[in-house]
Amino acid sequence: MGFLSNLINGISLGSIYAVIALGYTMVYGIAKMLNFAHGDVIMIGGYFVYLSSSKLLHLPPVLSVLIAMVACTILGITIEKIAYKPLRKATSLAVLITAIGVSYFLQNIALVIFGANPVTFTSVVSIPAIKLFDGQIVISGETSVAIVVSILVVIGLSLFIKKTKTGKAMLAVSEDKGAAQLMGINVNKTISITFAIGSALAAIAGALYCSAYPILQNTTGAMPGIKAFTAAVFGGIGSIPGAMIGGILIGVIEILGRAYISTQLADAIVFAVLILILMFKPTGILGKKMVEKV
Amino acid sequence: MKLKKILAVMLALVMVLSFAACTKTPGNENGSDVDPSNVDGNNSASEIVIGVSGPLTGGAAQYGNAVVNAAQLAVDEINAAGGVNGTNLKLVSADDEADSGEKAVSAYNSLKDQGMQIFLGTVTSGSCLAVIDKTADDNMFQLTPSASADAVIANDNCFQICFTDSNQGARSAQYIAENNLATKVAVIYDSSDAYSTGIYNNFKKGAADKNLEIVAEQSFTKDSNKDFSAQIQACKTAGADLVFLPIYYTEASLILKAAANADYAPKFFGCDGLDGILSVENFDVKLAEGVMLLTPFAADAEDDATKKFVAAYKAKYNNEIPNQFAADAYDGIYILAELIKANNITADMSASDICDILKVEICKEGFSYKGLTGAGSALTWDNTGAVSKDPMAVVIKDGAYAAL
Repeated sequence: MGFLSNLINGISLGSIYAVIALGYTMVYGIAKMLNFAHGDVIMIGGYFVYLSSSKLLHLPPVLSVLIAMVACTILGITIEKIAYKPLRKATSLAVLITAIGVSYFLQNIALVIFGANPVTFTSVVSIPAIKLFDGQIVISGETSVAIVVSILVVIGLSLFIKKTKTGKAMLAVSEDKGAAQLMGINVNKTISITFAIGSALAAIAGALYCSAYPILQNTTGAMPGIKAFTAAVFGGIGSIPGAMIGGILIGVIEILGRAYISTQLADAIVFAVLILILMFKPTGILGKKMVEKV
Repeated sequence: MKLKKILAVMLALVMVLSFAACTKTPGNENGSDVDPSNVDGNNSASEIVIGVSGPLTGGAAQYGNAVVNAAQLAVDEINAAGGVNGTNLKLVSADDEADSGEKAVSAYNSLKDQGMQIFLGTVTSGSCLAVIDKTADDNMFQLTPSASADAVIANDNCFQICFTDSNQGARSAQYIAENNLATKVAVIYDSSDAYSTGIYNNFKKGAADKNLEIVAEQSFTKDSNKDFSAQIQACKTAGADLVFLPIYYTEASLILKAAANADYAPKFFGCDGLDGILSVENFDVKLAEGVMLLTPFAADAEDDATKKFVAAYKAKYNNEIPNQFAADAYDGIYILAELIKANNITADMSASDICDILKVEICKEGFSYKGLTGAGSALTWDNTGAVSKDPMAVVIKDGAYAAL
C-alpha cells in the first residue's frame, strides 16, 4: 500500500513536471533555444493566481488561472520580443546567457514587488480526495487534477500541432527556418506564438505546483524549472510525448528514491539516472537521431 | 545602435532593481541607517551601539524582524527612561538572510562599520556559526537571542539567551514521554541545517533514555523542501502517532499540508522553529490546530511583565503578537542594560574593552536576570555560555498559541 501511495505521489509530481517540461520542449523544438526563464514564469503565474484568487480580487479559481494564463502569455511574448528576438542571429551561447539573465531579472523583480516573505498559496482545486482501501491510499484532489490536466494538455498540444495551420507552421519552422520562410511562413510570428503557448502552460503549471506545494516565494520556480528541464532532456527535448514521459519518470524516480533509497540522495539519484539514459541514448527516450552536419 | 541603447538601459534597470532588493529591510528602515558620525568604528557619539544581525528577508524573516522590532522597543523604553547611567543606547541592524556563509559575515562587518560595540546576534544558528570565530578574533561581546546550536557558544565571548539544541531535543523527548503523548514517534528533520540536525540528534538520545520508540527517521535538504509526500507516507506506514518536527515553520506548513493530503492526522510536536507558523501570510491556521511546541515564551501568559511587553509590542507594530524571538531579544537588551549599568560601561570604550569586562561579569555568581523567558525563574549563565532556563510547552488552539 505504501508503495502504491508513493507511486501515485510520484505520478502527481511528475505530471506537474511534465506540464513545465512541455514549455521547455516546445520552445527548444521550434526556436532551438533553452528558455531558462521558464521556471520563473511559473512563479509569476503562481503569483498572478494568488493575487486574483486570494489576495486582491477573490475570483473563482478557474477564472484566476485564466487571468494568470493571459498575463503569462503577455509576459512570455514580451520577454521574447525584448530579450530573445534581437539575438536571433547570435550564437546559442549568447541566447542561453540572456535567458539566465531574464531568469534572475524575474526573480528579483518579484522580490521587489511581492517581498521576500513566503506566502501560503490557497489551492485552486476543490475536488475532494479519493480514498481507496479504507483510507490506506488517498489521492488528493490536487493529484487527480494534475494528472488529468497534464494528459489533456499533451493531447491538446499534439492535436494543435498536427491539425492546425499554425501548428504545421511550427513544425516547418523547427525543421528548417529558412525554407519555412521561403514557403511564406512568418517565422517571427510563429516563434512568438510558441512562446505564448509555453508561457500559458507555465501559468497552468504554476497553479498546479503551488496548489500541491502551497508555499510561494520569488525562488519557487527555480528548482521545478531545473527538474522539468531535466525531464525534457530525459524524454528527448523537442518531443511532446517525450516531455510527458520524461516528466512522469523524473517525478516517480524522485519520490521512490526518497521513499526507498535515501531522502537526502533523491535529487542525486534523479540526475544519476539522467546520466545513465543519456549515455545509452544521447537524444533522450523519444528523441530523434540527429545526423551531425560537418 | 538603438538596440545597444535599449540593452544598456535594461541592464542599468536590472542593476538598480537588484540593489533595491539587497537593501530592502522591511519593518526596520530606520535601524539600518548608517550614522556618518559612527562610520569610523570608534564611537564618537555619546551612545553605546548595539548591533543585531538576523534574517530580515527570506524564509526565516519573521525571526529577524521580531528580534529587531523587540530590541528597538526595549532600546526606546530604556532611552525614554533616561538611558543607562545617563548614556543612551543605539540599535543598528543588518540582514544576514539566515545564510550560513558570506552573507552572515558581511552583515557582521557592516555592523562593525556602523560602530557596533556589543553584538546581540545572530538570530539563527547557521549564521551564528559563520561569525563566531570573527567575533572571537575581534573580542566582541556576543549575546545571541536565539541561535541555539550547541557549537555557537564554543568561544568564551559568546553567550546564549535561548536554550541550546541539546536542551531542546532532550526536553522535547522528556515532555513527550512524561505526558504520554505517544508511544511511536517519527521525526522529519532538515539534514542541511545545523539547528535541525542538532535537535534531532539530541532528541534521539533523549528518546532512547525515556524508552520512546522512534519508528521513522525522515529528512530533507534545503534543495528538496517542497515535496514531503514520501516522508509523510513513511511516517504513516510506520504507524507513528506523533511526528516530531525540529524544523522551521515554512517547511512545517508544507508538511502539515502533505499530512492532510494523505489523510494522516498524528500529533505534531515541534521546537521554537515552529514559532511563527500562524503568521505566514494566507496560511490556513486550521492545518496547525493541535500542533504542540516547546518554547520559552507564550504571548498569552498572565504575568505582568509579559502582559506589559505584549501590549507595548502590539501598540508599536500594527497589533502584531510578539513571538518568542521577540521576547528573547527584548530580554537581551535588558540583560545588556543591566550589565552596562552594573559595570559602568561608557560610550567611549572600545568593543574589546567592553567584551573583556562583560564576558567575566555575565557568568559571575551574583548576576541573574528575571525576564519574559524562562517560565518565571531567573536566568543565569555559566562560563560555557549556556543559559539556565526552563522551556514551556504551548499548543496551537483556535489559531493562537495557548499555554499547556
